[in-house]
Amino acid sequence: MIAARQIYAIVRKDLLLELRAREQVVGMGVFALLTLVTFNFAFDLTGADRAASGSGALWVAIMFAGLLGMGRAAAIERQQGAWEGLLLSPADRGTIFLGKLASALLFIGIVEALALALFTALFALPVLRPMVLLVVGLGTVGFGTLGTLFSVMAATTRAREVLLPVLLFPLALPVVISSVRATTLLLTERQAEVGPWISLLLGFDVLFLGIAYLVFGHAVEE
Amino acid sequence: MASRITQRPRDLWGRALGSLSAVLVALSVTMIFLYVPSDQVQGAVQRLFYIHLPAAWLAYFSFFLIFVSSIAYLARRHPRWDRLARSAAELGFVFTTIVLLTGSIWGRPIWGTWWTWDARLTTTLILWFIYLAYFMLRAYVSDPERAARYAAVLGIVGFVDVPIIHMSVRWWRTLHPQPIVVRAEGPAMPESMLLTLAVTMVAFMVLYLFLLVEKYRVERMKDELAELRLQHSG
Repeated sequence: MIAARQIYAIVRKDLLLELRAREQVVGMGVFALLTLVTFNFAFDLTGADRAASGSGALWVAIMFAGLLGMGRAAAIERQQGAWEGLLLSPADRGTIFLGKLASALLFIGIVEALALALFTALFALPVLRPMVLLVVGLGTVGFGTLGTLFSVMAATTRAREVLLPVLLFPLALPVVISSVRATTLLLTERQAEVGPWISLLLGFDVLFLGIAYLVFGHAVEE
Repeated sequence: MASRITQRPRDLWGRALGSLSAVLVALSVTMIFLYVPSDQVQGAVQRLFYIHLPAAWLAYFSFFLIFVSSIAYLARRHPRWDRLARSAAELGFVFTTIVLLTGSIWGRPIWGTWWTWDARLTTTLILWFIYLAYFMLRAYVSDPERAARYAAVLGIVGFVDVPIIHMSVRWWRTLHPQPIVVRAEGPAMPESMLLTLAVTMVAFMVLYLFLLVEKYRVERMKDELAELRLQHSG
């Protein structure tokens, strides 16, 4: 219960900071929308088979925006010793990780809501359905877990903006593949085949949540 | 000055492994080019296989070694585990590159393409990218102790991820079949080919061990040098 309160405190702090400074969500949201609009020109997202490339465009928008947001969040923590303060707090390292992950998921979630709404309107694809939202949720957790771990590491390096995608994209490949495939299957009304992908996402999330929780302490020793 | 460094006394292990791997590599090269017959279907290019397979095996073995030494490093914090991980990473990267290159050269005449998004190929490519990320992570962290910790974290997460990457890529292909040039399945391997493969495999393993020992020694010297520099500058 103490851990839950500590996680809440971290999320509250991040939310408060975001409400005052508005450095993350607005930027991420605009970026995600611009990605979707740009994809519209890169691929033909109006044809009959737009579901296949559409889900790809949606996920690229979500992941690029998430990458941007998580990198920004880690950079903000580095300012004026905020991160040291957090580490000195009585919360243990695993709990800090869960707190930072919860904030990241909250911010990415807001951006996703925006992106999904716009996606539905622009491309006339029915993405606002429980199963699609489940896939979006599971994919975001998997992506966010590795992203939170690596963004904290990358933030202390010399080339953090470059390093985060280099670390994250190869390792998040299973999330990319399963999310895009599952979304495509759902958008093309092939619900029967979506099961294995959802299991893969679920397995990925549970496994890497566990590993990240355990190794996070080693990553943030200052 | 340079001659003094090269004359540094080397232990028996290094010498023995070095000589043994030289003999074995010479033997396997001779067998690959002179002893083993050409494949009836694929022709001379099939000889790449004897290099390709052991290299692939060692590319993945290296990552396993990184995984084990990363866990040991995080648990014990002794620099020797980080040195081992560093050495294995460099060798793993070299062997992964060899796998991709030989595979590509073989694929051109046999599959009719340099590259195909087959599950094994894709996984090996991603493995290559993970190795690259591993080096970049190390290079961009100035503090060596922190670099070692970060690398260990990446080593653990990456190793656990590789089988999942493979699984996801395989499903991705099975669920979406594409007309790709089907690999010609030859007859069961004749004895001479198996023998050549076995000799090459052993040669590669001894060579790997030799390179690992030498690389580890170099890494230790680098650490010593860094420490000496620190002492003299401070």
